[in-house]
Amino acid sequence: MAEYAHPEVLVSTEWVDAHANDANVRVVEVDVDTKAFDEGHVPGAIAWAWNTQLCDTLRRDILSQQQFEELMSASGVKPDTALVIYGDNNNWFAAWALWQAKIYGHADVRLMNGGRKKWLSEGRDLSDDVPAVQRTTYKAKSPDLSLRAFLPQVQEASAKPAASLVDVRSPQEFTGEILSPPGLPETCQRGGHIPNARNIPWGKACNEDGTFKSADELRQLYGSEGVDSSKPVIAYCRIGERSSHTWFVLKYLLGFDKVTNYDGSWTEWGNLVGAPVEKGAVAGAAKG
Amino acid sequence: MRAEEYQEKRLEVAGWPVSVTSYRRGTEWYAKADNVSPGAGLSRASGATREDAELKVLKRAEELLGRTRRHAV
Repeated sequence: MAEYAHPEVLVSTEWVDAHANDANVRVVEVDVDTKAFDEGHVPGAIAWAWNTQLCDTLRRDILSQQQFEELMSASGVKPDTALVIYGDNNNWFAAWALWQAKIYGHADVRLMNGGRKKWLSEGRDLSDDVPAVQRTTYKAKSPDLSLRAFLPQVQEASAKPAASLVDVRSPQEFTGEILSPPGLPETCQRGGHIPNARNIPWGKACNEDGTFKSADELRQLYGSEGVDSSKPVIAYCRIGERSSHTWFVLKYLLGFDKVTNYDGSWTEWGNLVGAPVEKGAVAGAAKG
Repeated sequence: MRAEEYQEKRLEVAGWPVSVTSYRRGTEWYAKADNVSPGAGLSRASGATREDAELKVLKRAEELLGRTRRHAV
């Protein structure tokens, strides 16, 4: 069985159990449901809220360099800290946090494979304590925008398929049957998908226990949809968090050089005046 | 304290497949409901028993899922 391209970006629950309180390790929980942390968390972990601490709360954007530096400083992170991130929903927003940390050049960021679900199902210790953090003065690198796709690049990829567009939402969101995940508010004016996108739902990259599938299985999953490293890949979803999970898989587990996350995603494209929209399924699209 | 008696099950709520996970921590039970596809969280609650916590999350999930519109494709 083939190894992941960058196995160092994953740690197991066993590893976290043994190293969460090491001096050079900072464990952070990032959940879709920001109340999950308060039900108990990995001992020694702190929490980041995706909707207030991992985005600009005034304009729609990821953190600025200054905001990222403040978050790292307040979290006691140094440039050589091993930042270990985990969360609910098989690491949706943990991947979102990792993506931003990579944009700002943090060298050692890892996901706990399986996330919160695996930690709970294994009956590991849970803590209510929030550790005291010694503030640092963190200096981030200039943003690496080669990891991020903006609207003009996506428009070009859709019009001239020199890049693969991967829509990682559910098949019902992709076809336009629903405008957001079931039970969540509709956040776009139109349903469907970006023309020429392939539908490979994010969750297909995970096993039942929340861990990532093997490199061979992942290569088969994306390869069967014509997505490989021979041309650039742009992943998108609704707001960019599920696609950061797929971005992580393609970038670090399969080792694709040119893969970007379009965080504008469907809430940008599906609200854009005049943007072309395709509805319905594409022949051969992955089910799930 | 550890999470104990962790359990995951799938149900249909308001016409949508839903995953309900629950576990006990000490004397408190916690439950969470997610839609199966794509896996987004719907509700979270705690209670004195597993059934109590699950009932709360399913009630809220039903409210939310009942509002989901299916559009013609």
